[in-house]
Amino acid sequence: MSDLVCNELCMTFTAPGNGAKVEALKNINFTLKQGELLSVLGPSGCGKTTLLNMVAGFLNPTSGDLMLGGNRIEGPGVERGMVFQQGALFEWLTVNKNVDFGLRMKNMPAAERKQLVDKWLDIVGLAGFGDTPTYQLSGGMQQRVALARCLVNDPDLILMDEPLGALDALTREKMQSLILELWKETGKTIIIITHSVEEALLLGQRLFVMAPRPGRIHKEYQLDFAEQGLKESLRDIKQKNDFNKVREEILTMIWDMEEEIMGGV
Amino acid sequence: MFEWMSYNRGGIAGVIILGLVITLLWSIYHGVKTARRREKEQVFGDPERTMGGWYWAVCGVATILLLWFYYSWGMARAYFPKAANELCQVAKVHESLSPIVAQLPIGSRYFKSTDLVVRNVEQLDTISAEFPAGVFSAQEESQLRGIIAQTRSLISIYSNPNSIDAATRANLSQIVGDIDALTTRIQSGHAGLTPSDVALAQAPWGVTHEEIPLLPMTPRGVLFDGIAQELTGISKEFLTLRNMPAEASRLIEKTRKDIASIKANLENTSADEDIIKARKDYLKSVERVFKRLDDGTIFPANTLDEVNTAVAIMIDEVDTAKGSLGIIDAVFMPGEGVVKTRTICIEQGSSRWLPKPSDVVSKFSLLANPNLEDGGGFKGTRLLWVKWLPIADIVGFFIPDGLVDMLPGEYGQHDSDGQFMPTFKDNLLAFAQGEVYLGSIPMLDGHIWDSLFRVIVAMFFGIMLGVPLGIYMGVSRFFKSFFDPMIELYRPVPPLAWAPLILTIFGIQDDGKIFLLFMVAFAIMVISARTGASGTQLSKIRASHSLGASNRQILRHVILPNALPEILTGIRIAIGVCWGTLVAAEMLAGTTGVGFIENVARTVSDYELIWVTILIMGLLGLMFDLLMRKLISILIPWRGKG
Ligand SMILES: Nc1ncnc2c1ncn2[C@@H]1O[C@H](COP(=O)(O)OP(=O)(O)OP(=O)(O)O)[C@@H](O)[C@H]1O
Ligand SMILES: [Mg+2]
Repeated sequence: MSDLVCNELCMTFTAPGNGAKVEALKNINFTLKQGELLSVLGPSGCGKTTLLNMVAGFLNPTSGDLMLGGNRIEGPGVERGMVFQQGALFEWLTVNKNVDFGLRMKNMPAAERKQLVDKWLDIVGLAGFGDTPTYQLSGGMQQRVALARCLVNDPDLILMDEPLGALDALTREKMQSLILELWKETGKTIIIITHSVEEALLLGQRLFVMAPRPGRIHKEYQLDFAEQGLKESLRDIKQKNDFNKVREEILTMIWDMEEEIMGGV
Repeated sequence: MFEWMSYNRGGIAGVIILGLVITLLWSIYHGVKTARRREKEQVFGDPERTMGGWYWAVCGVATILLLWFYYSWGMARAYFPKAANELCQVAKVHESLSPIVAQLPIGSRYFKSTDLVVRNVEQLDTISAEFPAGVFSAQEESQLRGIIAQTRSLISIYSNPNSIDAATRANLSQIVGDIDALTTRIQSGHAGLTPSDVALAQAPWGVTHEEIPLLPMTPRGVLFDGIAQELTGISKEFLTLRNMPAEASRLIEKTRKDIASIKANLENTSADEDIIKARKDYLKSVERVFKRLDDGTIFPANTLDEVNTAVAIMIDEVDTAKGSLGIIDAVFMPGEGVVKTRTICIEQGSSRWLPKPSDVVSKFSLLANPNLEDGGGFKGTRLLWVKWLPIADIVGFFIPDGLVDMLPGEYGQHDSDGQFMPTFKDNLLAFAQGEVYLGSIPMLDGHIWDSLFRVIVAMFFGIMLGVPLGIYMGVSRFFKSFFDPMIELYRPVPPLAWAPLILTIFGIQDDGKIFLLFMVAFAIMVISARTGASGTQLSKIRASHSLGASNRQILRHVILPNALPEILTGIRIAIGVCWGTLVAAEMLAGTTGVGFIENVARTVSDYELIWVTILIMGLLGLMFDLLMRKLISILIPWRGKG
């Protein structure tokens, strides 16, 4: 099975000018089984994006190992799809062409491509926008195109860096349900980074709270809200007592961290 | 039709100027109105603000054209067609007065006599102070010093108020009287005067090559012309006046003899070469001062006071009589106005080097005329036209003769009757050499096309080779570091500095120029493509990697489109620079092209032609740029929105 194994992972950036070192990540250890849904939470600058970039293969770790299904991750690959913090769409292409970019690169026949693209645009709620240039879309729509572009490629491991940050409350909730459904139906491994504690709780079968300087996993939770979310409405879950309890606990934790950072300065 | 337009070009220009003024005012009104309305809707710095606004473009163009009309005296010619002719008559008066004025402190500070006295006394002082030691014998030295003293006393004699003789005094007052009489005539005006038929038959101002008609065509002009003729007589009389008292004549006679004797003396004595030269030089400088003083043109102080007053009054009166003419001259004829020299009146000022729009238009239509026998075109080449290009020429150009040589078979030989029957291979050769008629296609032709062709070909190769190299340089360490030194070394050298070398290697015809332009275009294209390629957002590259694109696909589908805005901007800049370089290169060498026309025009100071070529270059450059702007907005609508 293709589990993601992270062993004593360290990442140190060296600033090009003064040579100052930033320990973005230090001694990260975890194993993510196939089909697990992981959400990552933490204050700004604690190394969440860095971790995701290394899993995607964009960055090489300074030390430590990162293995997927027994193979060392040594570069980007189609089996790991990424949704970026900022869309990273190709602004010279239409929505259709953006979404089927990966398929075109694989030389998939046009008819099949069209079918897949239409299906995914429908899922993310952009049916009918196929021929619109992406620069004419709103921020939230662009983010949804990015989501469709990643998912249409059918990756095993889906990496999402604040995918829903730019969406309005309603669309956001719909997308959250969508991600849960996807996860259930396809059984894919998903790592999702978010700044919203609620979202992290709802979309996390597992949840890492990370701490900065050096970037590390501060606390890990095993939650069952994601499972519940498949059956109940997300809004109902948010009303539950145990949900609120964990939320308060994590918020306090992050508050303390932030205070520490501020005091440290 | 054409002739009628040419003859009435002044009037036509008048209508156009009026139209331009109205257009200018209208566009300003419209622009201000629109600006008021829009100001509220848009924030400063919004790119939308710089779009459109064609009325300001109209305003700008109208301003330029009006300035052109103004500085080329086009307005004066359109609205005051007689002014130049009248001013020509005034210029005649001033020209006739000029010999007398030269003696007077009019337009200068001192009487000429005073100037002469001061200058010559100064020189005499210098000469006696710098008397060379050990060159002359004691006797010669006293002789020379005597000559200097005599010259000095000559000045004193001239300057003595009592020295001037009665006849000269009488003549001077006669001249004063004549001038006063003429002044009175000017004051009494030009009523009753009529221009002659010959004068009226002259072509109006600016129609013929002579520009300003010489004979007076208006009553006021007739008055000035008459005055000028009389003044010429008076001036002649004045020039014969001399202040030469008997004492001065005697002194001059004596000094002449002294100089002659010392000269003869020097001839006879032999000495060192250096000494002889020093003697001769000194004697010459003494003689030079004397000769300046032996003609009696120095008058004692105050002698010419009355003449001065009379002339000053006359000039005042001429100015008064000019009336509105003076204002037209000052306002509408920037520069020195109309001046008479010898037998013609000419325009002095900006209008000399800035031809009138009408002249430029007529020059252009002459140049644009495709009929070479009819005097059209320039140096046997049309400006821009269509010609029929035999297809065989093109085929012959592309198929090398050597290819036929390599085919099997033999070339034919003459047979026993002395006949030559071409073999199959001979026919092929004729084909490869472009000697078979294959029909013709229409093709542009002419100076403008020659210039355009060079730019287009150079741009084509520059883009085809520069863009791929630039993109590779933007993504590959090897390409960047390997080619960077070469390109950065040759690029900063101004293209024209390369020109002598390139033209020697590749020839002064198309090849050399195209290569020169290619160098320009290539460097610009490489740099812009490189900047565009290396500026691709990292997240886009990463995204395409994890979407499974190969390196080649990323180059083609991500980096190239991402660099497209920079590439197109590069093309836009390259076309502009190429165009500028080309014209300069054509001026250096060659026999066709717009720059060549200007080069010829320059050597013959044909200002109209120079301006025509400048306008052609400017308009074509503008056209290129507008085309590129349009292309950019069509091809990359996402620019600045990613
Ligand atoms: N390319 C880089 N060079 C140097 N330092 C970097 C680089 N990328 C990230 N860092 C540093 O590493 C640390 C972690 O950055 P990272 O982008 O992973 O934070 P993050 O948790 O994603 O923050 P946010 O929630 O704001 O997105 C930060 O302190 C950042 O300054
Ligand atoms: Mg981040």
